[in-house]
Amino acid sequence: MAINPYNRGPLRTLSVLVLLIIGLYGLLGAVSTWGTASRAPKLGLDLSGGTELILTPKLVGKQVINQGQVTKAVDIIRARVNGSGITEAEVSTQGVGDIVVSLPGTPDAATVASLQKSSQLRMRAVLVTGSAAPTPVPTSTGTPTSTPTAPATSTPKATGTATTAPKSGFPPALSAAAKAPTATATPAPTATSPSASPKPAAKPTNASDPAWVTPQLEAEFVALNCANPKSVEAIVDDPAKPMVTCSSDGTEKFILGPAEVQGAEIASASSDVQQSTGGSTGVNEVVLNFNSAGTASFCNVTSRLVSLPSPRNQFGIVLDNQVISAPVAEASLCAGTASITGNFTAASAKALADQLQFGALPMSFALQTANQISPTLGGDQLSRGLLAGGIGLLLVVAYSLFQYRALGFVTISSLLIAALITYGLVTLFSWSQGFRLTMAGVTGLIVSIGIVADSFILYFERVRDEVRDGRALRAAVETGWGRARRTILISDGVNFLAAAVLYALAASSVRGFAFTLMLTTIVDIVVVMLFTHPLLSILANTKFFGQGHKWSGLDPERLGAKNVTYAGRGRVTIAARRAAAEGNQS
Amino acid sequence: MRSFSQFGNDLYSGKRQIELVSRQKTWYSISLILLVLAAAGLFGRGLNIGLEFKGGSEYQVASVSNFNNFEARAKAAIGTVNPGSNVVVTRIGTDTVRVQTENFQSTTVTDKVKSALASQFNIGLNSVSADTIGPSWGASVSQQAITALIWFLILVSLLLAAYFRTWKMSMAALIALAHDLVITVGIYALAGFEVTSATVIGFLTILGYSLYDTVVVFDKVRENTQDAIGNGRQTFSQAANQAVNQTLVRSINTSVVALLPVASILGIGYFLLGPGTLLDLSLALFVGIAVGTYSSIFIATPVLADLREREPAMKELKKRALRYQAAQTRNASAVASEGDQPGQAGTAEAGNRDVVHASSGGVTSATGRPLHPYVQTGPRNQPKRPPKSKR
Repeated sequence: MAINPYNRGPLRTLSVLVLLIIGLYGLLGAVSTWGTASRAPKLGLDLSGGTELILTPKLVGKQVINQGQVTKAVDIIRARVNGSGITEAEVSTQGVGDIVVSLPGTPDAATVASLQKSSQLRMRAVLVTGSAAPTPVPTSTGTPTSTPTAPATSTPKATGTATTAPKSGFPPALSAAAKAPTATATPAPTATSPSASPKPAAKPTNASDPAWVTPQLEAEFVALNCANPKSVEAIVDDPAKPMVTCSSDGTEKFILGPAEVQGAEIASASSDVQQSTGGSTGVNEVVLNFNSAGTASFCNVTSRLVSLPSPRNQFGIVLDNQVISAPVAEASLCAGTASITGNFTAASAKALADQLQFGALPMSFALQTANQISPTLGGDQLSRGLLAGGIGLLLVVAYSLFQYRALGFVTISSLLIAALITYGLVTLFSWSQGFRLTMAGVTGLIVSIGIVADSFILYFERVRDEVRDGRALRAAVETGWGRARRTILISDGVNFLAAAVLYALAASSVRGFAFTLMLTTIVDIVVVMLFTHPLLSILANTKFFGQGHKWSGLDPERLGAKNVTYAGRGRVTIAARRAAAEGNQS
Repeated sequence: MRSFSQFGNDLYSGKRQIELVSRQKTWYSISLILLVLAAAGLFGRGLNIGLEFKGGSEYQVASVSNFNNFEARAKAAIGTVNPGSNVVVTRIGTDTVRVQTENFQSTTVTDKVKSALASQFNIGLNSVSADTIGPSWGASVSQQAITALIWFLILVSLLLAAYFRTWKMSMAALIALAHDLVITVGIYALAGFEVTSATVIGFLTILGYSLYDTVVVFDKVRENTQDAIGNGRQTFSQAANQAVNQTLVRSINTSVVALLPVASILGIGYFLLGPGTLLDLSLALFVGIAVGTYSSIFIATPVLADLREREPAMKELKKRALRYQAAQTRNASAVASEGDQPGQAGTAEAGNRDVVHASSGGVTSATGRPLHPYVQTGPRNQPKRPPKSKR
């Protein structure tokens, strides 16, 4: 059968839509078959059950937080959540600085508390190291053997080439950054020599003094098992006291002296490939810059450490109670910059630099809301929400059939297409953007049925107006569309704007609502442009609609215009005249 | 159906005109009364602020089978954990009990309360959900809502001013918007509905919806008034009034279609789900959409007409239009008095775009007898024009 030439344009538009839908579902099928996506949208906590915590930073005085800190805080909290063994947790930001943590199930009080605490980055001198397992006697360093250290005279190399690390980057070498001046080593601590077994009463004179290691601390050190998350969690980080802890990869454990450099004293940290006079050495390094307070204390520390025997020349960088890096001080570094080398890859250097840069969150979080939803309640909500949606859809369908007769079927099919596209998009977004369908989101979807149907009504009424003016249906569809399109675009624009403003500023519990409204507004425009209009154009060429069948909803007689006559002066006033005439008859 | 579509046809053709714009004083005074009532409710009774704004804990116990004496039992359960606290117990839907208490904050207490409630009502711990809200939460939600409101108003007035090319439309739309918002909030205060964060978001969504409706009407107003300014046959108010009449059916249809799904959520929410995001949102939307429809018809357009009629150009248009209409009436009566196929001019002018509603009544002969439609047109369906001297 030959294609009616009037239908070629609309058919082309329709095929674009078909391609779009096939593309959408093809992509969805591909990522769900070979990727990690699921075929149904992920449900939010209020539907699947779980706990949502909203944390707000506790700010002191006029302290402000910037976006970088918030982003980093999210990363740190995510690491904490994952560290506590909870899977499928979601951590996101909301508004200015609030952090939303969504967990399946009910977390215990300890987990909640651990999420709230501030994130501290501190540098401490290493006193004792050992392998991770709770070995009975770690090393001979268990008892400080050192005689008072001889005054150091060695001048460290300023270029600070990397000392090859013994294993897996530990301990990386800490050296002066590229152009650091040659530091003359300050005399080592003139420690009053600690006796072979230090008494608890012995007052340590500096942070590297083995006198910090009390038998109690030693016992803790021996007992510590880095493979056990419980015992790692139990570590206390008191800046004024020495601590026992693990490295963050769990392979080593340490006794560390009191904190000497605070994370806030690091001005910046970046990763780079080390440069020497001959060009790139190919060694990845992390470059640190300190502020003035940091420069002074760091200078102090490195000057002392550089002359100490291993492992006490190491320096533990502690983030959230765990040692993320323990470089050896190769020189006394007083220029405010330092570089850490070791066998870093570019990525691990970057990760360390990030941790150093943002690691210190000088804030803890207040728990704003804790919302626990039982899975039964959530399931109930979902099924009833869907029931409401079904009833709403049925009502809209019934009303449009009643008002628009056969045109109502155009509404129904358009709504179905819109639903198809929306489902695909929501599923895709829940995979790619981590969007979760919540009750508010479901409400948004149901409400949008009405809004989407509204644009069809706008269009149909416009076409009817044109038919009333005496135009033939094909012409009426085209002129009506020209006018309706403008109105549909601006009114959808207003709706979209409202939804977007809501999305940008609203609380997370209703963000899903704003998101689905935005999504369906766009879907609405796509469906009206690519489906409803071409479909109606094609239908206008059929006998049923084109000749205005009684049930077509576009019957000119019913609409008050039948005999098209030209009224002169370029005007067609048939509808009015006819109506007036009928009025006279009655 | 027949009569409704006939009604639509008549409104479109101008055969039936509802005087919406010229009776603006009536609508203004109705709205004024509503606004005063809303303000009285707001300041007298005050809003029923939900838990989220005060801070506290809420527990929902689902699938309860035995409702005997549930209030006392729930209070007893709470009392075992935290005696002497202020407890409000309500029954929601068919099988859920809601318990609201003062703020407990700590999760250990929450867990204890949950297990106490679970054992009291003899159900699994899984069926109890808990929601603890700090008192600062509501403040930050309101803060966000106000920021969102201001941003939305700025952006939307810019958008509308750009689209309609006149700030007066934007202003009239915003006046209607403020009207909707105050009345909706007032209805909340008067009816004592609980205001939660979902309600606040619902209020914000109304903004979009109320404007949606207004924009649809204004689009037609713009079209009609442009015609009127071009041919000088109608005053601004008349053109605007006709636009509202022509979009009336559309306004009713769009509002009904928008209200239907919201109403179904409302029904399901009320009878099956009980208080929650769904009910709060849909109630705010339902009230807002209904008020928004009213305002876009009865408030926005009359306000716009009042604003525009003050412009010198519109005053000029008014003079022109009135002169033209007077001439048309004169012509029609002159033609009629000559007994020369009367009504021609009248009915032509009763035509769709250029309505002179006063003169477009019945077409009768000089003797007052109604004329058959065929006789009204000239021979061979040619339009009959009045003689040159009368034009």
